[in-house]
Amino acid sequence: MTTIAIPAEPRAPSVLRVFGALLARDVVVARRELPYFLVRTTLQPLLFIVVFGYLLPRMGFVGRGYGAALLPGIIAVSLALSSVQSVALPMVQDFGWTREIEDRLLAPVPLRVIALEKIVLGVIQGLVAGVFVLPMARLIMGPIDALSGAHIAAVLAVTILGSTAFSMLGLLMGSAIEPQQVGLMFSVVVAPMIFFGCAYYPWQGLGVVPAMKWAVLVNPLVYVAEGMRGALTPDLPHMSLAVVMGALVAISAVFWVFAIRSFEKRAIG
Amino acid sequence: MAGDEPGSTIPDPPLVPDAIRTISLRKEYPPPATRRRRKVAPGVEGGATGAPSSAPVVALQGLDLAVGEGEFFGLLGPNGAGKTTTIGILTTRVKPTSGTAVVAGADVVRDEVAVRRRIGVVPQRPNPDRSLGVRENLVFHAAYFGIPRAAATLRANALLEQLGIADKALAKVDHLSGGQQQRLMIARALIHDPLIVFLDEPTVGLDPQARLALWEILRALHAEGRTIVMTTHYMEEADRLCDRIAIVDRGQLLAVDTPACLKAKAPGGTLIELALDGDAGPTAARARLVPGVLGADAAGQTLRVYGERGGELIPPLIRAAEEHGRHVHDIHLSPPSLETLFISLTGRTLDR
Repeated sequence: MTTIAIPAEPRAPSVLRVFGALLARDVVVARRELPYFLVRTTLQPLLFIVVFGYLLPRMGFVGRGYGAALLPGIIAVSLALSSVQSVALPMVQDFGWTREIEDRLLAPVPLRVIALEKIVLGVIQGLVAGVFVLPMARLIMGPIDALSGAHIAAVLAVTILGSTAFSMLGLLMGSAIEPQQVGLMFSVVVAPMIFFGCAYYPWQGLGVVPAMKWAVLVNPLVYVAEGMRGALTPDLPHMSLAVVMGALVAISAVFWVFAIRSFEKRAIG
Repeated sequence: MAGDEPGSTIPDPPLVPDAIRTISLRKEYPPPATRRRRKVAPGVEGGATGAPSSAPVVALQGLDLAVGEGEFFGLLGPNGAGKTTTIGILTTRVKPTSGTAVVAGADVVRDEVAVRRRIGVVPQRPNPDRSLGVRENLVFHAAYFGIPRAAATLRANALLEQLGIADKALAKVDHLSGGQQQRLMIARALIHDPLIVFLDEPTVGLDPQARLALWEILRALHAEGRTIVMTTHYMEEADRLCDRIAIVDRGQLLAVDTPACLKAKAPGGTLIELALDGDAGPTAARARLVPGVLGADAAGQTLRVYGERGGELIPPLIRAAEEHGRHVHDIHLSPPSLETLFISLTGRTLDR
């Protein structure tokens, strides 16, 4: 009977070190694509701000205050989109025809470390999106009263929790769909999420259709938009920050369970 | 176990410790969701009632393998034999349905991280990280294994040099030819100095020149003392490169031995295949009576005869066919080879 040889142990890198290497790879790639990223993240909010914050008020269709009321939602949408896209789009390609992700799946760490790295990347991209969109909004809409030191912490907290939830969603979608379904993903999942995400109207307003008011609560964008509203335009009706944070943590946890299952299923045959 | 006695029944156990051992490895895939796949076992198709086949697709049915340290081991079989599934399980990319596999001292399911640390994998299709350049592919892959950047760059340069693509170090991956991408995959598999290198059909799609160049690279790796496991469906490749070959078909191990011993096991000397104009069944029995014939069987309209000699058996075999009212369309002679062994084991050729 031959024996199983235990070879001399090759140096085992720590999980943190491998995580750092995976993140470094993604940051290098993301930095190369920064111009496209910025166009992708800032063009849509820019157009919204021009139309709803500038043109429509001038035409007299909406009141002067509508632009300000819109701002938290616009920031929420661009943050949500940038996190979902920055995780889902590369992953669809990575799991596509040639399975480029294979070289990372061979890294000597548990698979969930590789998935978690993608989440961290999505949060970073969400923060970068915020860094660009917020000043842009400020430029076009004039001073934002609430954007003081006291509220920055709330904005930051909502941004981080919100991009975590959306990165998890990106992981779920990126690992669950085929490359040819990407367009469908945006029309079927992302577009309804934006329109029913209380981005362009406060959640309180949905009281006019009570069933809808409760149904939209599964949508993480609602909490990001309400949280931004609470931080940036506290005079408008909004959810309490504690509810927002609690809901985003809960939604992230649920998404993670589904996302990691989907990721592992896709990664392991 | 009786393996310790001299004269053990295990054929030619390697006299070195195992680098890989699998026990009753089985893999079932869920039944295909759509009917587009043709992977339906013969005779299992749903009847006229149209009940869709919900039986799982069995890719491996109880595979037992042992590969010694430093061995160049070949997995030979036609497409769909279970070679890629085997490599997938051994490289922690596929979960076995049952059975165990130990690679470089670690269990592929319970301790997959330790396995990954000790192996390098060259996939069937090159799958470089297309967002990175050629050398970056190597340096980042090294980083995933904890190798510092400076050391990784040195090693990447050396590997690119050795594999003849040093001038492409800064190129984009998309600018490499198929053969160059394959060599990049080999460099990537080696960058972290693994104990065992797995190659899944490494020469598919390469032109003959690139294939020969790859063979030289593989021989050099073997000479370094690395354990190499390679799948292929090219007889010649397995014959020329491997210390031992396992012949697999339909998820089962049919034979495992050195190329020379396998060839010696091939039935008869020469395989004579006669294509008839009708069912070859009745002719087979008649052919067995021809002097010099060691065996004969029929597969549809093909009559396969194993004989001590080749040419001189042909006239009596043609007469035997004609006695049953069959005409011979075509005759094919194969000298003793892995091919004839494979056909006798599986009833089909490798490339079909």
